[in-house]
Amino acid sequence: MDVSVIVDNFPFLIVQGLLGLGGFVGGTLRLAIPAIVLGFALGVVLGVARLARARWVRGPATAYIELFRGVPLVMVIFWMWFVLPQLLQRPIPEYSVALAAFVIFEAAYFAEIVRAGIQSVPRGQVEAATAVGLTRAQSLRLVVLPQAIRSMIPSLVTQMIVLFKDTSLASIIGYVDLTKAAQIVNNREIRPFELYLFIAVVYWLCTYAMSLVARRFERTPA
Amino acid sequence: MAEPAIVFREVHKWFGALHVLRDVSLSVASGEVIVVCGPSGSGKSTLIRCVNALEKVQQGEIVVLGEPITRPGVDLSRLRTRVGMVFQSFNLFPHMTALRNVMLAPMKVRGLRAAEAEEIARALLARVRIPEKAEHYPASLSGGQQQRVAIARALAMQPRIMLFDEPTSALDPEMINEVLEVMTDLARDGMTMMVVTHEMGFARRVAHRVAFMDEGRVVEEAPPQEFFAAARSERAREFLSKILSH
Repeated sequence: MDVSVIVDNFPFLIVQGLLGLGGFVGGTLRLAIPAIVLGFALGVVLGVARLARARWVRGPATAYIELFRGVPLVMVIFWMWFVLPQLLQRPIPEYSVALAAFVIFEAAYFAEIVRAGIQSVPRGQVEAATAVGLTRAQSLRLVVLPQAIRSMIPSLVTQMIVLFKDTSLASIIGYVDLTKAAQIVNNREIRPFELYLFIAVVYWLCTYAMSLVARRFERTPA
Repeated sequence: MAEPAIVFREVHKWFGALHVLRDVSLSVASGEVIVVCGPSGSGKSTLIRCVNALEKVQQGEIVVLGEPITRPGVDLSRLRTRVGMVFQSFNLFPHMTALRNVMLAPMKVRGLRAAEAEEIARALLARVRIPEKAEHYPASLSGGQQQRVAIARALAMQPRIMLFDEPTSALDPEMINEVLEVMTDLARDGMTMMVVTHEMGFARRVAHRVAFMDEGRVVEEAPPQEFFAAARSERAREFLSKILSH
């Protein structure tokens, strides 16, 4: 085992591959963090919409979720990369393609987690909120969602970890993330064992940190 | 006599094919305490849930505090600030302290500032005799304490009518009295109350009138002495013999 390949290429792997601050369009965290934030936000909207009474709200939300849960992520990326520029008659930069594909795709999964979380809140909670005069929007925001989020945390974190790791799929359109960065270095140095072990450790440290943060949230008082 | 607080006029309600309220006509005077009893499935909970429009009726009319609430375009939020409700399963908000539970509606519905809402909430927790539990979360309170917080929460909007849907049915026996005492205080203060309960002792001591329901109908209504001594209907006598003999 020769760690010098890691030491020599550390800036490229971490600065370019993990953070996305190098000379190439890329970065695992630069893609994962906004994708998680925006994907979750869109997921909350879709998850709530899926439970709406009005059919014109519920119908499109349900269709969206079923559609994007039913197709592979790689295909969504390809659609954004090859088909959308043709329809729009102009090129779309890699970063926008990757971010949009992840947000659109992952929102469908987040939406289902949000829906399940909302449905896990007992009916009596909404009735009590309604009975003291809160509007439907207020009871959702002040009573239902705070409780729902708590029960969603384990599934949400699992989904966020999946998303974080799936960002490596963005390399298929030339996005230089951590995996792609390791691949580039390996093509030159032929040190697969060291390189892929190293990035495995980096991925694991990031996801384990996410688990630890989640556990703290779960423990805060009911 | 003053205008009644609640009037049901020929009310019908169906859950799908199930006819749960059949031609109910009933009037509750202002300041009156009426106990609604009857076998399970007789429609008594559904009946009081119609008063604050948690349930909609398909036919007939309900007038609450002079306002017909069964017509379209009624301001339901305003109705619900004038009618408080207490549930069998308490339904306190578990992510808020007792104090916050009581403060929520005054702040969000009436738009009071936090300091004003807190003052009201602390006074109400004192009124239900648990001022020292203000900072506790529901999970650390006993059932009886939770139900008293729920009563304080319902009173926080200064309602003119209070609905109680089997408020003691989920409680351990030793906690039933602390809740009934708070309800008795309320009745003595002149609150209009509609109470679904199996606590016949409470009905006897506190109620002005007992309404007996069976299969979606109000079968009979009478002052408690009269009802318990000599119920007119066979169904009511049968019901009483079952629940009073244990």
